[in-house]
Amino acid sequence: MGKLEGKVAFITGAARGQGRSHAVRLAQEGADIIAVDLMGPVASVAYPMSTPEDMQQTVQEVEALDRRIIASQADVRDISALRTAVAQGTAELGPIDVILANAGIANQGAPDADEDLAFHEVLEINLAGVRNTVQAAVPSMIEKGQGGAIVLTSSTQGLTGRGGDGSGGSEGYAAAKHGVVGLMRTYANWLAQYRIRVNTVHPTGVNTPMIVNEVMERYLTENPGVGDALQNLLPVPMVEAIDISNAIAFLVSDDARYITGVTLPVDAGFTVR
Amino acid sequence: MGKLEGKVAFITGAARGQGRSHAIRLAEEGADIIAIDLLEQVSTIDYPMSTQADLDETVAAVEALDRRIVASKADVRDIEALTAAYRAGVAELGPVDIVLANAGIAQLGSAEPDPVVSFNDVIDINLRGVWNTVWPVAQDMIERGEGGAIVLTSSTQGLTGRGSDGSAGALGYAAAKHGVVGLMRSFANWLSPHNIRVNTVHPTGVETPMVMNEVIGKYIQDNPGAAAMVANLMPVDLVQPRDISNAIAFLVSDEGRYITGVTLPVDAGFTAK
Repeated sequence: MGKLEGKVAFITGAARGQGRSHAVRLAQEGADIIAVDLMGPVASVAYPMSTPEDMQQTVQEVEALDRRIIASQADVRDISALRTAVAQGTAELGPIDVILANAGIANQGAPDADEDLAFHEVLEINLAGVRNTVQAAVPSMIEKGQGGAIVLTSSTQGLTGRGGDGSGGSEGYAAAKHGVVGLMRTYANWLAQYRIRVNTVHPTGVNTPMIVNEVMERYLTENPGVGDALQNLLPVPMVEAIDISNAIAFLVSDDARYITGVTLPVDAGFTVR
Repeated sequence: MGKLEGKVAFITGAARGQGRSHAIRLAEEGADIIAIDLLEQVSTIDYPMSTQADLDETVAAVEALDRRIVASKADVRDIEALTAAYRAGVAELGPVDIVLANAGIAQLGSAEPDPVVSFNDVIDINLRGVWNTVWPVAQDMIERGEGGAIVLTSSTQGLTGRGSDGSAGALGYAAAKHGVVGLMRSFANWLSPHNIRVNTVHPTGVETPMVMNEVIGKYIQDNPGAAAMVANLMPVDLVQPRDISNAIAFLVSDEGRYITGVTLPVDAGFTAK
């Protein structure tokens, strides 16, 4: 029997990368999934965003585990779209027990970048989008009255600005990911009375399409100082999506029933360097 | 199949309380255990310390899980005795993969006829004892070249000094538990090239004989300020030893393979308040 049998998890950015890995990992523990993703372009992002085919793959992998999944298109910048996705998902699967605010972009290194737009968009998606996600889904959790667990995906850049180069993308990414820690702390204080726990995870570079793409590779090649600053302490250049999923599966399970308000790096020692 | 099949864990303070719980939890995952405890009184502690009967109970509980355990009496202040006990365990069970530096005292409420002695005792046991525990094992882990996982038991008082009354016990406890974080960070940097991970856990009040005794009970009753030391964010007064053991079982398993240098509170939101 899995650790999340009978639970329902709402996951943003679930079409691929970490979000897909989280959906599959939580389904392995018995959870049903409400999955959303943008599946469309963002002006300041030069690498390819997720597609409906990606989401179809997530759906197949969850269903192959004999769990249910309701997947839809939604932009985390649009809280009413998120509310609709939550309403449709809970109508089929029941109220939400777990929220994973995972959707995010990294727009550093886009050619001919409009730095102001890059800053603005990354804050909208990576910070306001997290707020929208929690606010859209947490009423279902509170109403159920059985507690719950929320994990917000921050970053090593939510704990340090190492490698910052003054670009709109890197300013915005660090500001948004630090801001996510602020959201986590205020939510942890607000929601403790409902036995709803709220934590952040802080991955170092993860082997996903957001990091492993031509735009990011060129950016790191052309800015060797940035790349050097992003070295981990353990002898590993990147971690895998499953490593973040394992940490999240622990945090949202009863094994962590008294862990709240915590910033958990999964960063191969990056922040302790 | 457990997550720690074939591993050997060295645990200090294993006669009762959190240490016993860790021994059992890790044995459930398949680990064999080298257990040590002081099993005698410390002069600056007014509550009863662990006994041989306590350690025997740990041995019986681990053996009931069909795992092996080598248990002996040793003082973490005495690096030679500690190392001898560790080596005796290795001779029977094989090399150590996991170290849990768990042994500790809390003098709050105990009489302080000589505050200097009280302060030195808590620093000796809760800080120097951690170094004594890890340092000899780390040498062997490096030489063996198969990595390893080390968890140092700090405290919420390793992250905040909340509730201090200026007693040698309170000051020494906070100083030692903060110092453990310094050790962890330094160990993590030293040992990461060898794939040895080092983290701290930070429990709030745990329902163990170190906390649930007449001396500390009276102290908290008589010192309303001390209530701040134990007031959690979540609606729960104390957590259970099992909650700390679950966090440690996650950290030392392959699910935490890229987690190092991390301070992990298991504190019902205490430090997020």
